[in-house]
Amino acid sequence: MTETEFLLWARGPAFQGATVIFVLGVTFRLLEILLLGRKPNLAEPRGSAMLGGLRTIVTRSFPDAGTHKRSAFTHYMGYIFHIGFFITLLLYAPHILVIEKAFGVSWPALPTTVVDATAVITMIALIAVLLHRLKDPVLRFLSNFQDYFAWFLTILPLLTGYIAFHRVGLPPPALIAIHILSVELLMVVFPFTKLMHAFTLFMARWYNGAIAGYKGVNS
Amino acid sequence: MAESRLADLDIEVGDIGTHNVIPLLHEIRHALAQLLEDGKETVIDLRSIPLAPGEEAAIEQALGEGEVQAVLSALGPSNFRETSYPGVWVVTHHNHDDKIVGKFVEVASIPALLRSQTEDMSAGLRRLEETLMEDGGSRGD
Amino acid sequence: MKNDQTLGEILRDQGISRRGFLKFCAATASLLALPPGSVTAIAAALESARRPSVIWLSFQECTGCTESLTRSDAASIEDLIFNTISLDYHHTLQAASGTGAEDARQSAMKENWGKYLLVVDGSIPTGNPGFSTIAGISNVDMLMEVAAGAAAIVAVGSCASFGGIPHASPNPTGAVSVADLISDKPVINVPGCPPIPVVIAGVLTQFLTFGIPELDELHRPMAFYGKSIHDRCYRRPFYDKGLFAETFDDEGARKGWCLYKLGCKGPTTYNACATTKWNEGTSFPIQSGHPCLGCSQPDFWDAGGFYQALSIPTGDISRAAVYGAGAGIAAGALMGALNRGRKSHAVRVHKKVTIDDLEKEHEK
Repeated sequence: MTETEFLLWARGPAFQGATVIFVLGVTFRLLEILLLGRKPNLAEPRGSAMLGGLRTIVTRSFPDAGTHKRSAFTHYMGYIFHIGFFITLLLYAPHILVIEKAFGVSWPALPTTVVDATAVITMIALIAVLLHRLKDPVLRFLSNFQDYFAWFLTILPLLTGYIAFHRVGLPPPALIAIHILSVELLMVVFPFTKLMHAFTLFMARWYNGAIAGYKGVNS
Repeated sequence: MAESRLADLDIEVGDIGTHNVIPLLHEIRHALAQLLEDGKETVIDLRSIPLAPGEEAAIEQALGEGEVQAVLSALGPSNFRETSYPGVWVVTHHNHDDKIVGKFVEVASIPALLRSQTEDMSAGLRRLEETLMEDGGSRGD
Repeated sequence: MKNDQTLGEILRDQGISRRGFLKFCAATASLLALPPGSVTAIAAALESARRPSVIWLSFQECTGCTESLTRSDAASIEDLIFNTISLDYHHTLQAASGTGAEDARQSAMKENWGKYLLVVDGSIPTGNPGFSTIAGISNVDMLMEVAAGAAAIVAVGSCASFGGIPHASPNPTGAVSVADLISDKPVINVPGCPPIPVVIAGVLTQFLTFGIPELDELHRPMAFYGKSIHDRCYRRPFYDKGLFAETFDDEGARKGWCLYKLGCKGPTTYNACATTKWNEGTSFPIQSGHPCLGCSQPDFWDAGGFYQALSIPTGDISRAAVYGAGAGIAAGALMGALNRGRKSHAVRVHKKVTIDDLEKEHEK
């Protein structure tokens, strides 16, 4: 297979297949949770479950003092990683073009040099959390294959994208194809790992907030 | 006519160039210093460097015009121009269609192609001898 | 055909001075992207090179490659190349035709067996040999016959190098490239649609001077195809700064910004357009405001659209997402139903523990 055919396959049928599996997986996993349902509560609430839920989606982004004290490192590194990841993914011109093709919306991009630097910072943050996970005895005890695999799936697109952008090692068409393939790998495995937190975090936070926002029965 | 329509278009040359002009002038500076130090000549191929539209003109403007202009007629015209910096020559080769087939900056006391070549001089000497033999055979020399 | 004269002798016979010859070598060095210091080596090599016999076969092509090469109508570097080779057969350019022309080809082959240079433009149809014939001989047959005695084969143009436009999906004639059919002779690919004329001439010169040049993995001479357009493009600073033209006549386009968003294939295309340019260094597509088509790469016709940016997936993503969602909903609903069934079953078979059960346990 020539380089061009490889790149065309990655951009063409492979991406289509990965999209099918990704959307299928995410829909399936979300429906699995939602269709379990909750026990109906016929009592009248004192507060508002919906408002409480919506509020908690936002406020849970800032951990309470106790949690923060125990895991300040994870807190900061986590934020650096996530913000850096979204900047690299959503504010880089060629990526915005992909989103425009898939969803029809686009927005202005950042200069590519800024995105380049952000990608480096993001990868450093990822490596930092991995080292922390390996060093801390409790985390190491709790970590299993899925944790490390999810980390690997996440850093691979960043790394291959960085290399493809700087055009070192292999001919550029092959580098771009490998980057696209790494993204497709992430897409295909994503719904079946803890990376689903990207979608379920809203449901989890809402549910916890709703219980609290219920504020007991209105009597 | 196409020309007037082109002029109507609102086209500007981008203000971000390749930034190759200053480095190139530095390279010429280095070459000139070396020429004075140990006589080493340098030839820089201007067409091997990516230049944005207008940058080649900027380089020529920066180099300026000197005292010497020479034209060679072989396989088309070639122009040898000493710039305002003695020892720095701009050499432009054209073919019979006046299309440019080569553009160089030569740092030398005189560009290589302006010198008369040994083979040409030998052939010329033979021709001169033949001509004199025909003419001066009777007079003897 | 006087093929035993050296090039130096031929040029002197034509009245070209040593100065003229050195000027030609300087222009050749520039063309081959060799440092100016190599002029001496080129001069020495060309001086003693012999005038090779060249047989040019045109197969399934549009003749654009021949047109590209023969554009100059006065003595030029390209013309000089043609004067320094003995073009013994070219069915578009030659005056003869029919059996006379074929006889000329046969005698040229016989006289120079093992030493002549075969130049091919156009792809070769294999679906039915009758799709493209010359003098009743199919392209496949003619190629195999002439290649047998060639020293090397130069495939000029994207059709001969990679199959070109006939090879584009669905490839109705079964078009293949020269390299697909020939494996026992060195094949030099000179792709482009068409290739830059000085590049065609330069490859022939390079072959005369130095023999088979250094080739990349697609058999293209590194001297001309070693760098991508992107790495030599004067608009690269705009790409690096993230300044792109969005349409063909917006502010960015007028300012000469990067054409990535308009589908430029520069990053994945290898050719000399950005430095050597076209029409003796006048301009090239990007400089004129049009994105690179990638015409010197294999399968560029099927590379996902000329105006679709490189990063954009080529398939129908919305449809894929809809299928995925449909399948996911179905699978999710099924799983949901299964889970609810399991839950209600568990509720049904649940037995309440009574005080008697506990006392019985305790007695044990």
